[in-house]
Amino acid sequence: MTAVGRWPVRRGRTVELLLILGAVAIVTLAWCNVTEAIHGTLPADLWIGVAAILVLTVGCHLVLRWRVAYADPLILPIITLLNGLGIVMIYRLDLAHDRSFAHGLALRQIIWTAISVVIAVAVLLLVRDHRVLRRYTFLSAAVGVLLLLLPLVPVIGRSVNGSRIWVGLGPFTLQPGEIAKVVLTIFFASYLVRTRDALTVAGKRVLGLTLPRARDLGPILAAWAVAVGILVLQSDLGTSLLFFGLFVAMLYVATERVSWIVIGMTLFGAAAYAAYVLIPHVRERVELWLHPFAYTRDPHMSDQVAKGLMGMASGGMFGTGLGLGRPDLTYFSESDYIFPSFAEEIGLVGVFALLVLYAVLTERGLRTALGVRDGFGKLLATGLAFIIALQVFVIVGGVTRVIPLTGLTTPFLSYGGSSLLANWSLAALLLRISDQARRPVPAVPPAPAGRDVTEEMSIR
Amino acid sequence: MSELTVTLMRFALLALLWLFVLAVARVVKRDLYGTRVIPRRVTAPPASASAPSTTPSRAERRRAQQAAKARGNLPTRLVVTDGRAAGTTLPLRESGTLIGRSPECSLVLDDDYASGRHAVIRFDGTDWVVEDLGSTNGTFLGQERLTAPTRVGIGSALRIGRTVVELQR
Repeated sequence: MTAVGRWPVRRGRTVELLLILGAVAIVTLAWCNVTEAIHGTLPADLWIGVAAILVLTVGCHLVLRWRVAYADPLILPIITLLNGLGIVMIYRLDLAHDRSFAHGLALRQIIWTAISVVIAVAVLLLVRDHRVLRRYTFLSAAVGVLLLLLPLVPVIGRSVNGSRIWVGLGPFTLQPGEIAKVVLTIFFASYLVRTRDALTVAGKRVLGLTLPRARDLGPILAAWAVAVGILVLQSDLGTSLLFFGLFVAMLYVATERVSWIVIGMTLFGAAAYAAYVLIPHVRERVELWLHPFAYTRDPHMSDQVAKGLMGMASGGMFGTGLGLGRPDLTYFSESDYIFPSFAEEIGLVGVFALLVLYAVLTERGLRTALGVRDGFGKLLATGLAFIIALQVFVIVGGVTRVIPLTGLTTPFLSYGGSSLLANWSLAALLLRISDQARRPVPAVPPAPAGRDVTEEMSIR
Repeated sequence: MSELTVTLMRFALLALLWLFVLAVARVVKRDLYGTRVIPRRVTAPPASASAPSTTPSRAERRRAQQAAKARGNLPTRLVVTDGRAAGTTLPLRESGTLIGRSPECSLVLDDDYASGRHAVIRFDGTDWVVEDLGSTNGTFLGQERLTAPTRVGIGSALRIGRTVVELQR
């Protein structure tokens, strides 16, 4: 006789530690490769950087061991590797631009990593149970919208490269939109878990699609208005796409109704077309997407897309090798264009490994959503995983000419403090939810079966 | 020499990146194929259980229990989990356990919604089977009213009138 059983639950903390050590070893090798290729020596900065990454991530691992023992074992190693490789590439670009380590971007990125890890640990320790976040539905909505509007405030708002998405206090600058994405995901999840019954059931069928009632359309229209508002007021195409995409995806997951995707796509299409017609900035992006090489001699048009493509082409299958290409020729090669920088130097084989890691990170998020038992946790984990996936799609799709280029950061990889901060906190929330999802259920006496309980739902 | 070192490092980096991906994939695999097949051997009869000494059918019951254990994952007892008789347990007998209001039943229910001879749980050689004996209000397995003899296992909950009975190991 045979029986089918589940494997006993493994916490996976040891696997996690081994993978983190492996990730740090890969980062060390990459860093050695850079300095060896450029200088032929191994300077001391390298060991400072590697030691910092090792201490931070192993520290985070120890906190997981202590407090979040059942958290997913893959999330932390993957983000360690991505963050570390990002630092190596930024260091490499520092060398290309003749910036010393003390005044370069790599050191600042390491400092931001340290701040982000500390905040992520704080999130892990403060949010003992993700369900408490459900209490702050409308508070998180208010905070999210406030963060989005902050750059528009006259004194502290800063406009950088045509997008008004920065807040500056002295030398300290922040992109509040990055943090808003996590806060708004919490809002979307708790709002939808409350209203999804009404959104699912009510409505009439037209052409095989169950159309929602007019009053249920309110939230999606509001989200659309906010996304369009960001687009118009801050001319930040990427963030508005991210928010709207996130909301539509979460609505779909919450209600399982295709009509939301159809409605969302239609609304987005209309907004995108209007933006194309009305905003010259957007028209330029579309033009560069369609004909990237037509304007390389035009001083008024950007040749960023063309340069990125040339860089990736020169990298080919195996890349030029770290330190041996010229990724520094492209603008923003350490932030928006870090992906082509990698493609040039580690080749298709290397960046595909990075893409697989993003895919696995997203899979772990969705896997967490499957495992966790409460609806809010499911939606929150889905939303957080979807943010990573959508962000990677928008930026990688943009630089490889799948879609028009819009400025978004590559999670964990690209230079930028706010992005790191937001993504580490996002990962901390995912780790917390995955702990709940994987923790074995305490033995409860079986509920009496067959009692006819009619579930109530509020249709408002 | 230096150029050779750099080239070696370059390819070692790509190899290590993919090794990392494979290591990650191994962990993911465990999740995808999260179940395992356990071969079951017939276990040796356990050391004499400390059965209650008051009932006359003690030997018979112990034999039934041991047989059930040897057969593997089969229920050995009946537990009333809801209703007036909640908390009552009684061992399953291969000869059949009759449930109902009538005093001749093995499990006598003080339940207005149960029939006199309501249902019987018997052993068909491999599994325990529950059969409704034409009761007025029916026997429910979960939400389904039984119309034919139905196999039940550990954890199956039967509703008889206002009483819920569960099969346990």
